[in-house]
Amino acid sequence: MFKKLLALALVAIMCVSIFACTPPEDELKGMSEAPMPAATITKDFEIDADFKLGVICLHDEQSTYDLNFLNAVYAVQEAFGLSNSQVIVKTMIGEDDTCYQAAADLVDQGCTLVFANSFGHESFMIQAAKEFPEVQFCHATGTQAAAENLPNYHNAFASIYEGRYLAGIAAGMKLNEMIEAGKFTAEEAKIGYVGAFTYAEVISGYTSFYLGAKSVCPTVTMDVQFTGSWFDITEESNAAKALIARGCKLISQHADSMGAPSACEEAGIPNVSYNGSTYQTCKNSFIVSSRIDWAPYFAYIIKCVNTDAAIDTNWCGGIKEGSVALTGINLDVAAEGTVEAIKAAIEKFKAGTLNVFDTNNFTVNNGTKPTSHQVGGVEVIENGIFKESKVQSAPYFDLRIDGINLLNEEYGE
Amino acid sequence: MMKVHESTKKEPLIHLTKRDAISWQKSILIRAAAIICALLFAAILITLLSKENPLNVYKSMFLGAFGSERRIWNLINDTCILLGISLAVTPAFRMKFWNCGAEGQTLIGALTAAACMYLFGDKLPLPAFFAVMTVACIVTSAIWALIPAIFKAFFNTNETLFTLMMNYIAIQLIMYFLKLWGKNGSGVLDRMPEYRFPIVGNQFLLAIITILVLTVLLYIYLRYSKQGYEISVVGESENTAKYIGINVKKVIIRTMIISGAICGLVGLLLVANGSCTVSTTLVGGQGFTAIMVSWLAKFNPLYMILSSLLIVFLGKGASQITTDFRVDSSIGDIITGIILLFIIGCEFFIHYKVHFRKKTKEEE
Repeated sequence: MFKKLLALALVAIMCVSIFACTPPEDELKGMSEAPMPAATITKDFEIDADFKLGVICLHDEQSTYDLNFLNAVYAVQEAFGLSNSQVIVKTMIGEDDTCYQAAADLVDQGCTLVFANSFGHESFMIQAAKEFPEVQFCHATGTQAAAENLPNYHNAFASIYEGRYLAGIAAGMKLNEMIEAGKFTAEEAKIGYVGAFTYAEVISGYTSFYLGAKSVCPTVTMDVQFTGSWFDITEESNAAKALIARGCKLISQHADSMGAPSACEEAGIPNVSYNGSTYQTCKNSFIVSSRIDWAPYFAYIIKCVNTDAAIDTNWCGGIKEGSVALTGINLDVAAEGTVEAIKAAIEKFKAGTLNVFDTNNFTVNNGTKPTSHQVGGVEVIENGIFKESKVQSAPYFDLRIDGINLLNEEYGE
Repeated sequence: MMKVHESTKKEPLIHLTKRDAISWQKSILIRAAAIICALLFAAILITLLSKENPLNVYKSMFLGAFGSERRIWNLINDTCILLGISLAVTPAFRMKFWNCGAEGQTLIGALTAAACMYLFGDKLPLPAFFAVMTVACIVTSAIWALIPAIFKAFFNTNETLFTLMMNYIAIQLIMYFLKLWGKNGSGVLDRMPEYRFPIVGNQFLLAIITILVLTVLLYIYLRYSKQGYEISVVGESENTAKYIGINVKKVIIRTMIISGAICGLVGLLLVANGSCTVSTTLVGGQGFTAIMVSWLAKFNPLYMILSSLLIVFLGKGASQITTDFRVDSSIGDIITGIILLFIIGCEFFIHYKVHFRKKTKEEE
């Protein structure tokens, strides 16, 4: 009997303590409005009644990366008034022959436009594009469309480095706030970053994020830990924990699972997310998240196919197109004035006065200012600015800049 | 005292007796009843969870597997791949050597095929290249299986853990080579279609024929050859095997080499007759599914055609449900799980008879 009472008492204490940690819902300030308006999708053309779009996704809604694509395609479906049988979505399609089989099956079902969302799908999409010349194939994040030079195969990306930079501003301001509060010194301000691979998309992402933070917190440094996988909940969580143990005061990530955000929430470390809001599960650590909004691209390719217009071989959407998006800002975690600072930077991007990879703002090899960089034989540093996504839509900025410390370039422990 | 006790002892409400033998008509009847029960039970869950009409859901499952010529060929091809891996684990299982490493053994075969393509595809004339690649895949996978077999035979290590760990090593090896060979550190190796096996009839037929021939060969080997008999004896009792002069160590090693070699062949087919590249998810857990396929078929290669077809059909049906109804992919997995559970569960009723307590008045 005593044991039972004791157990009951312990349960009661645990319940109370859980509630004691989180402030009651109504005391939270919650999320701000998104600092830039969402892309508006308008239908100013006719869609054939028998038009069908096929979408191939690597994972399903469980992955924030894929969820971001699914939300976009469903939003466009609704805006364009398409039925479920006109937008056929295949999830959990691996980066192997399954991808080609899925694409061919979508063509069999009458799709005249097929989209795939994962980097590794590319060579299988090209295989399908060669076999079905009457169908348009669009691939996000790929790099080979220009070289393949097929009339029906296209690559797409967005200037997400601008979104990362904006999110970096929020991170830098949070660090400043913590420095002012006396939690650590300006020299100790260090960001931890969980990356997938030492691939240009990741490098471009963490560098722009770092430069955004540095624009407001000049003493900041950054440690990057790679997982060697795009989606691995355990590894991403472990990497975040290791970075926190190394003294990182704030974490961000370029990997697709909830591993890192959840680890931050557990450790009470602020987190800048990617691909979408993690506010619902991480109310005490989430600051802001940048993501690519694929809706403008889906709207664009559907319009092209239905108006017999050619699709860009390399399409790169920016802030103007609504392809770069930020979530609202968690006012309970973000530093004061974050919303205003981000809005000011957005205006500068729109006016063209702010460039993320301005070589005046970073150095390589302990203090050298880069002056020349070739991508596929084309010079991409013009007037002191590294022009990202100009030669191809997918990012190619892969310089290792000073201030960022790569912990495991070989993906080991 | 004892007698009094016995006479007052109540017969239990339910008791079981082992059936001697069951007519094949009756066993089919029990299995059919199990499938119908599973479909009914799953239908109730579908209605509760997704609010869809269960009949539409089943139709979607069926069409997902048989809906077009391409889907049927895909179904047969995928069945054969799973069947191939299941064939590989079977000889070891009959010997009660729990080979949980088919995933890794197949991946090593696939990695070898991709490595051959990447490293010297352009250095040999195609027919010679195909021969070298085939031999290389079979040999590397056989070696991968041989390692745990040697440790089992000479040091009596736990083969389940050993083979499981070898899977992780295989996956890490692939990651290592992808990092080495993938362009710009993306971890992705592009297709190398110029080194694909020639198309025989259609893109699938070569794999299908190879696996079906292999199925018959393995059936004959296990059933009618001396070595097949030795495997069974070692599986029944190692001591008996030793007593009648079977070299148990030799049988373990020889059988695992066969297991690995078959895995290598399947890995080769996955790459050279399919993806033309390798990734860590290429085998996709089929090395573990194969264990279930083999058990469901009671280690009989011919029955395994049916059990692998069933599992591949359920998988294809489940993903079609997700596409057609835009429900969470777990709904399809739940249906698959229920159907498999009922099918495995009905084996119990095939082997045992259930008796309920008869109401008798004299028993007080």
